[in-house]
Amino acid sequence: MGQAAVEFQQVTKNYGSGNVLENFNLVIPKEKIVTIIGPSGCGKTTLLKMINRLIEPEAGSVLLGQQDIGELNPVELRRSIGYVIQQIGLFPHMTVEQNISIVPRLKGEKKEHLVARTAELLQLIGLEPEQYRGRYPHELSGGQQQRIGVARALAANPSIILMDEPFSALDPISRVQLQKELIKLNEQVRKTIVFVTHDIDEALKIADVVVLLKAGQVIQQGSPKELLERPAHEFVREFLGQERFPLAYSI
Amino acid sequence: MHQLWTTFQASWEVILEKTQEHIYLSLVSVVLACLIAIPLGIYLSAHRRLANSVITTVSVIQTIPSLALFGFMIPLLGIGPKPAIFALTLYALMPILQNTYVGINGVNPALIEAGKGLGMTRWQLLWIVQLPIARVVIMAGVRLVAVQTISMATIATYIAAGGLGDIITNGMSMMDTPTIMLGAIPVSLLVILINILLLQLNRWLTPKGLSDKKTTVSINTHAKKRRAAL
Ligand SMILES: Nc1ncnc2c1ncn2[C@@H]1O[C@H](COP(=O)(O)OP(=O)(O)OP(=O)(O)O)[C@@H](O)[C@H]1O
Ligand SMILES: [Mg+2]
Repeated sequence: MGQAAVEFQQVTKNYGSGNVLENFNLVIPKEKIVTIIGPSGCGKTTLLKMINRLIEPEAGSVLLGQQDIGELNPVELRRSIGYVIQQIGLFPHMTVEQNISIVPRLKGEKKEHLVARTAELLQLIGLEPEQYRGRYPHELSGGQQQRIGVARALAANPSIILMDEPFSALDPISRVQLQKELIKLNEQVRKTIVFVTHDIDEALKIADVVVLLKAGQVIQQGSPKELLERPAHEFVREFLGQERFPLAYSI
Repeated sequence: MHQLWTTFQASWEVILEKTQEHIYLSLVSVVLACLIAIPLGIYLSAHRRLANSVITTVSVIQTIPSLALFGFMIPLLGIGPKPAIFALTLYALMPILQNTYVGINGVNPALIEAGKGLGMTRWQLLWIVQLPIARVVIMAGVRLVAVQTISMATIATYIAAGGLGDIITNGMSMMDTPTIMLGAIPVSLLVILINILLLQLNRWLTPKGLSDKKTTVSINTHAKKRRAAL
């Protein structure tokens, strides 16, 4: 499976009413699109936010490369990891350009550099820089806002990007379009993308690796093809939908 | 009318002096209240358990009739501008405190999470995200307080603090309408002027992306209505 970008080792998380994750182990391979799926409340968001330390585990460790992230400065860590949240979270009082360049600005990068970088990113996500850089979030469509959210996560050139149901608020058409763009993007810039979604079509379509969770446990991890051809558990069929499995593959 | 004019000609220097005193009392009180209530509101928005009791306590001050509050000052601090400023400041705390608290808590939690997740420190989150977005609401509180303080400073005359109230009470004791008017008109003009000035400042300070209805905190619609009424 190649090198690990992120590794969960014996991680336990407890919000006070039982363990959400218990002795959880997971290896997230480098430079792949990894989709995390599972029923509501199974711990997907918890897992994701542990990678940038928005949530701290009670026990165990999360490794980034070889390093235990518990030993890293959380602010520095977050600036080195892209983060796209479901509600988009663009700052309404900032222009597109200011939103996109926020992380490089937090890092104290030079202004000249930022202008060029913004243009580059807008181009990458398919928006005309001169037309869009000066706009405010409320002057954009939902799909355009989502794109800006993705561009913002890419701005500081992180090697890992976390996305929590980033396209869930979109209509089917812009959703499919953004999925295509994400795949294309990853071919161009090669990032590790950890992508949480509720949409199974989406998960199977964009993923190099799918991780299926249930109640804080990994039920199966593998390529979409592997899950469909060799489901490890009846739950895989149940969750992905029986209709995706030809009868010949029944266990 | 003619009488008013002659009285004005005779006493414009006094009016000017009393206006200056009035502005001084009000300005110092509002600035002090801002310096106390805004940081306190910011602090409380991060310590919500404490917030309730503090805000309740501060709001008790608001329920004391203003004349009685000035009365309390006499045994505590004596008479003159200082106790008056103290009382005016106390009275001004609540609206600013409440608006700061509400304004900062009203910031969409998704923006806080985005800011944190992108690597802002708490301080950066405050300055880059929370305060700019809450500013509209905080400024609405300050404007309310400015108007309220200028009106209230009129009765500061009862504890010998000066201001335009001196002229009004003087006129009342002499049953002299033109004199009353020469105190009342400047106070009214002052209130109207400050209100317009702060409205303008508010509009000017509102970040462009927030001037659209959809994105602003709901309290702002209140400010908008008033703006429209003007
Ligand atoms: N801050 C919190 N306090 C208490 N319990 C929490 C908290 N956050 C999450 N939980 C609980 O932890 C479990 C996992 O939550 P999590 O948000 O990771 O689920 P999820 O898989 O992302 O669900 P969804 O698909 O609905 O987004 C849930 O049972 C949830 O109720
Ligand atoms: Mg979730």
